[in-house]
Amino acid sequence: MDLAFIIETVVKIVVILLVFSALAGFGTYFERKILAFMQRRLGPMHVGPYGLLQVAADGIKLFTKEDIIPQNVVKPIFKLAPVITAATAFMAAAAIPFWPEFTVLGYTVHPIVSDINVGILYVMAVMAIGLYGPLLGGMASANKFSLISAARSAAVFISYEVITGLALLAPLMMVGSLSLIDINNYQSAGITHWIAWSQPVAFILFWIAAFAETGRTPFHLVANDHEIIDGFGTEYSGMRWGLFFIGEYANMFFISFVMALIFLGGYGDGSIAGALQLLLKVAFFFFFFLWTRAAWPDVRPDQLMWLCWKVLMPIAVLNVIVTGVVILIQTQGGM
Amino acid sequence: MFEVVAFYLFAALTIAMFTITVMTSQALYALTAMAAGMIFISAFFFMLGADFLGVVQIIVYTGAVMALYAFGMMFFDTTRTMVEKRENPRTIFILGVLAATLVVFIFISPIISTHLETQYPLEAASGNSQAIGMILFTKFLVPFEVAAVMLLVAMIAGIVLAGKKMDKSLTLMAEEEIALMGANEAKPDSQEGAH
Repeated sequence: MDLAFIIETVVKIVVILLVFSALAGFGTYFERKILAFMQRRLGPMHVGPYGLLQVAADGIKLFTKEDIIPQNVVKPIFKLAPVITAATAFMAAAAIPFWPEFTVLGYTVHPIVSDINVGILYVMAVMAIGLYGPLLGGMASANKFSLISAARSAAVFISYEVITGLALLAPLMMVGSLSLIDINNYQSAGITHWIAWSQPVAFILFWIAAFAETGRTPFHLVANDHEIIDGFGTEYSGMRWGLFFIGEYANMFFISFVMALIFLGGYGDGSIAGALQLLLKVAFFFFFFLWTRAAWPDVRPDQLMWLCWKVLMPIAVLNVIVTGVVILIQTQGGM
Repeated sequence: MFEVVAFYLFAALTIAMFTITVMTSQALYALTAMAAGMIFISAFFFMLGADFLGVVQIIVYTGAVMALYAFGMMFFDTTRTMVEKRENPRTIFILGVLAATLVVFIFISPIISTHLETQYPLEAASGNSQAIGMILFTKFLVPFEVAAVMLLVAMIAGIVLAGKKMDKSLTLMAEEEIALMGANEAKPDSQEGAH
């Protein structure tokens, strides 16, 4: 391993960390503005032009707040839980290509930290570990409502992982590779080759499951609104609580990237236009998260479980079987 | 160089994590340490080039098995330390050492006797997942299917154990018995098992 490779990897990691922590902060700003416009309000307006510096104000507030560790909590685990949420969100970014490869001063840069050949599986695995943030936070908090919330969110995460996995299986069978770059190149011929057209069911299922995986409304069961508390985050304050938020928003961005790459053609042929299209697709998915929050109420936990196991899972299994049969017929016909 | 450093780092971390799992009296520490240890084990798979198995290790053990343990632990107070009742520490110590030595011998014996050889080496060109798929569905098809059947049996048994009134079979009952059961359900005050 040469020095250039090490420097390049470290630079990539630092850039991704900085960009997406900043984006996570601005994500809260976008969310408040978009929700406000949809509800005929102005949203944050006072700090800076159009309230743009509200993010900085919130950051200063979170950093300078007293870090309260309540009595009776299991201290090390209580302190660790927010870090797990934020860390797993950023670890998932290691296998996501954010931009087609480009050349700067004769040096080709691959904007992906590590192109392992099980890329998408790795992303899903690390996002699955993100479950431990809410889970341990709730269990260590010595608060009954935190514990109930942790149980709820764990149930949602475990159930909807099944949907994500089964929905992904059908497109992966078509592509024949688990690397996100290969999946992108499979669709590089243009808009008619997007997997969303050949796998619409898988696309919708994955999209629904993405709401559960990131814990967004209408599946926002981690903090049940009629308990009037913040679920597993009830006992947290200051930056520890902020870390949960950074993790949540970073996850929203990363899952938007994954959806755009797998189903909507990603960055296409790798030109600048294609790369900008990728950013537009990601922005659309992110906007859709916020749009849904403004438009839909939360569903009840039992409805959520009913939807997962009795509706989405049978559809996902059928989708996999039908895809398999079609691929089999096509390959037989080709021979 | 990197691989040596990484190996010793992850080996130390794995051993430390599982030591905490065994030694601690705080259930939450044990859970967290075990989940972390499972993730550190996956590092060895990655170092050996078995990316697929490494990720599966994370998904299955940390993502699913440990999460289910955690789910079970929700039912008791995890913030309190457990005081274990040890009536005869010497017996536990001797049995533990014996079991550990036995496991070491079981794992070492094929290495010493036959000098393990790779029967199905992974080809770099085809990728991990393809190679594992090929081996699973050709050489190891029977164990694979047996495992699937065992999982199915376990699932049905779980449903029967957890479900209500699963011990009665409507197909084996006479029509009158079913009607009687329905009548009993309609008035909840009536005694169970009157039929």
